[in-house]
Amino acid sequence: MSEKRLRILIAKPGLDGHDRGAKVIARALRDAGMEVIYTGLRQTPEMIVEAALQEDVDAIGLSILSGAHTTLVPRILALLQAEGLGDLPVFVGGIIPAEDIPALAQAGVRQVFGPGTPVQQAVESIRGELHGRSR
Amino acid sequence: MDALVDAALSGQKRAIARLMTIVENGGPEAREVIARLYPHTGQAHVIGITGPPGSGKSTLVNQMAGEYRRRGMTVGVIAVDPSSPFSGGALLGDRVRMRSLGGDPGVFVRSMASRGSLGGLARSTTNMVRVLDACGFQRILLETVGAGQSEVEIARAAHTTIVTQVPGMGDDIQMLKAGILEIADLFVVNKADLEGADRTVGFLKASLDLQSTEGEGATEAAHWRPPVIKTVATTGAGVSLAIDEIERHVAYWQHSDRVRAERVRVAAELEAILRDDLLQAALAHVGEQYHRLVDRLLAREVDPYSAAREITRQIIPDESSTANS
Repeated sequence: MSEKRLRILIAKPGLDGHDRGAKVIARALRDAGMEVIYTGLRQTPEMIVEAALQEDVDAIGLSILSGAHTTLVPRILALLQAEGLGDLPVFVGGIIPAEDIPALAQAGVRQVFGPGTPVQQAVESIRGELHGRSR
Repeated sequence: MDALVDAALSGQKRAIARLMTIVENGGPEAREVIARLYPHTGQAHVIGITGPPGSGKSTLVNQMAGEYRRRGMTVGVIAVDPSSPFSGGALLGDRVRMRSLGGDPGVFVRSMASRGSLGGLARSTTNMVRVLDACGFQRILLETVGAGQSEVEIARAAHTTIVTQVPGMGDDIQMLKAGILEIADLFVVNKADLEGADRTVGFLKASLDLQSTEGEGATEAAHWRPPVIKTVATTGAGVSLAIDEIERHVAYWQHSDRVRAERVRVAAELEAILRDDLLQAALAHVGEQYHRLVDRLLAREVDPYSAAREITRQIIPDESSTANS
């Protein structure tokens, strides 16, 4: 009998101290039946990638409200690539100006959830993206 | 699979993480992994940490792992948090308290959900420990879900069991109750900077004084009296002393308890696996007949013991060897 669950890392890189959004999405993903590894505030890109590797997650969700996404996200993606985790889906949520989204997508981010995204919609998109990844 | 196992055994973190996922999910693949790893296990000392939610287990594990690293030992951490009984999902938050362990190649931290188990651990926790053991981690810290009074599974999974308490949670009668307090090899009164810490230490010590020196369990009690250590896990105060006492128990365990305890442990595991396998074999053997038996039970045409016997008879014809006789 084998039991499989989607595991997703929810992390907050950077220096802003607002983790309500991250907690709301973590809770919603939990209620959607996923195992959410929540790592808390002020994570460095290195810490996030190490956690993703050790926890062998199916996806990473990054919550960024500091405006530093244009430097933090590419750094995390590069580290993932270096660890052989380049194909791991990465989602970004938070205060992301619309004009930055194409660059993030170009860098490899699966989806960006900006301010006002209904929680259930984010959960459904993540679930959709990960469909068939459950192992 | 072979390449993955070899990579893990050589210390490659990503391979170790993959093996842990396979083992956690169970099934034939997990069995294959364990078969490959088993000869490499039995080297690590497993330290269980249990206690009420919010008593500081994760913070303590963080400090303990740091102290072991300063002493030159490699450390694996497995932290279990509860799964939702409704959605099956989980929020695994133990890493939040373990951030100072990042970036150290001598540490491996893994979170796991209890996935429906009620004993404080998950079904596959023992096998998760085995992966880290086989991959060379010398001390494995195994943190249970927040536990109340009766989640004693950890005592079987760990060689040394630490029970955490915090000040102000109960009087001496609570300390006399059976269950979780009986399994401690070491008590840690955490948050010892709070009022009432000395009272809690006093209650614990007094209950240890009442321990009978006769009857079952007395021999062990005569040789090992669980020490009671005060810690403040947020600052690290008392942690070095706790590690000293744990290591004293490691030495004690290796010289006295090891052979007997290991025998009990492997026998219990074999029994549990056998129970599962026999059940699966029996169900596969009787096939559709199983549902007809359930129908007959519902119709009160047969009682459950006789129904079980009808099945066991088919796979084990010698009736004297069935448990129901």
